[in-house]
Amino acid sequence: MKEKVLMKGNEAIAEAAILAGCRHYFGYPITPQTEVAAYMAKKMPKIGGTFLQAESEIAAINMVYGVASTGKPSMTSSSSPGISLKCEGISYLAGADLPALIVDVQRGGPGLGGIQPSQSDYFLATRGPGHGDFHVLVFAPASVQEMADLTGRALHLAWKYRMPAMLLADGTMGQMMEPVELPEEHEAFGTDNPWAAVGTGMKRPHNIINSLELSPERLEEKNVERFERYAEIEKNECAWEEYRMEDAEICIVSYGITARISRNAIVAARAEGIKVGMIRPITLWPFPAEPLLAAADKVDSFLCVELNMGQMKDDLELAIRCRKPVDLCYRVGGMIPTSDEVLDHIRALAEGGR
Amino acid sequence: MDYRRLTLFAGHYGSGKTNLALNWAYWLRDQGLPVTVADLDIVNPYFRTKDAEDELAEHGISLISSAYANSNLDVPAMPKEIYALVEGRACYGVLDVGGDDRGALALGRYVPAIRAENDYEMLFVVNGARPLTRTVEDTLSVFQEIERACVLPFTGIVNNTNLGAATTPEDVLASRAYADELSSRTGLPIKMTSVEKRLAPALQGSIDALFPLSILGLYYMEKEGMHYGEINL
Repeated sequence: MKEKVLMKGNEAIAEAAILAGCRHYFGYPITPQTEVAAYMAKKMPKIGGTFLQAESEIAAINMVYGVASTGKPSMTSSSSPGISLKCEGISYLAGADLPALIVDVQRGGPGLGGIQPSQSDYFLATRGPGHGDFHVLVFAPASVQEMADLTGRALHLAWKYRMPAMLLADGTMGQMMEPVELPEEHEAFGTDNPWAAVGTGMKRPHNIINSLELSPERLEEKNVERFERYAEIEKNECAWEEYRMEDAEICIVSYGITARISRNAIVAARAEGIKVGMIRPITLWPFPAEPLLAAADKVDSFLCVELNMGQMKDDLELAIRCRKPVDLCYRVGGMIPTSDEVLDHIRALAEGGR
Repeated sequence: MDYRRLTLFAGHYGSGKTNLALNWAYWLRDQGLPVTVADLDIVNPYFRTKDAEDELAEHGISLISSAYANSNLDVPAMPKEIYALVEGRACYGVLDVGGDDRGALALGRYVPAIRAENDYEMLFVVNGARPLTRTVEDTLSVFQEIERACVLPFTGIVNNTNLGAATTPEDVLASRAYADELSSRTGLPIKMTSVEKRLAPALQGSIDALFPLSILGLYYMEKEGMHYGEINL
């Protein structure tokens, strides 16, 4: 067994990104994700990497664009208000088909909102954060271990599919500490990208990295091609976890910190004889619609548990084609539901719905 | 275990300072002393002494904490009452200093008064399972950064090496070499080795100055969904 270390979620992201081969980090401080930058600031100079505190979030995402153009792994991290600022840059990355990792450790909104945890950037992340037709890969970790594991996965899939990936965590995941088994160190990747702008050596035509397309016909083609790639991803890269679904009559759907709370509630409800289970999306885009649709044939109802006003509920109802009723249990503004609150919802559903 | 009027806990962030400060306050209270805990943390947004406010009050321990702690306002403010604790000398004080040199910087303004009274213990809390303080060398650089930032030299070391609820007695025993080397390199005594209460029986006799922690995880363990080990991913 590998040696474990005790880490904050934010530190786990930083260390895992380094182990996955990322040597370029650009950021701007914001609570509750500042430890990502603080860790990078300590570590990058020691390993020959780059840590740069940019003058703004907008500058940081465009620095990521610059490094990505050379094919090298790079990343930025922020919390909700900072991610809003990065959206223009993320759209440009998507338009130029560039890989990058963007970390969002969500806090309460809208606006400056607050510094306590939230999941209210679900729409922003899953609908393509920025203008235009595009998606980013979205991962929702539910433990410090997953903060590490999914960071590596996000970086690699971003390079595999040449698109931005987002790690969508909440403030609690960023701040809490748990033992972590760090992933193996990867060989540096991004060294052999035929599309990268790294000099032609007078041996090939120029690679041009740009999101501007002068011909509308060609721009249409590019959009369609991109969505063909997205269809591949939806087929191959969905990740989710099922818990106590074998005989479930109620299916909770929840991700991140609320999935852990729901898990406690499920244990308590099972002790009362209520057959309840959970499907926990690990990727939010692509959304694991298939297992949810399959579950819709077996369960009586769904319960969506989120730290927002029901943003994933829309995706859930679409996924199950509204075949079964979907209830919502939420807290917002930095508040977190107790497992008793979730349990009350489960009981109400078990008693015949509300 | 001997004690002074003021006990300060400083160290790398996430080394366990807040939790130790709370446990030390309870221990002092058990000796029948009047105790006040002061939260000097200007770094951490979540999981602060403030979480334990009600419980401390029930045990007759006062808490001095920023009015903005646990609020939505990210303001690194120090409450004025800390001066009353440091200069007033009316009761025993436990000072929970923020992590790293950045957190310790805030302590500097109280140092002249603390030195003048000269009845304090400044403890360096270490956890050898934290990624940036796994080696003695790395830990020593944190040690020096903190001393430089707050201009108050350490007087002792607390070995708080742990992996949260996954800690085994073997982990604690294995950390002795690390703590001993730190002790010899800094010339400071190991004031105590703090362990979760459940580990104490297995370690009693093998480790000097064992300090069992009766309250754990700063109450966030009790907050919903944050128990370690529930999710096996």
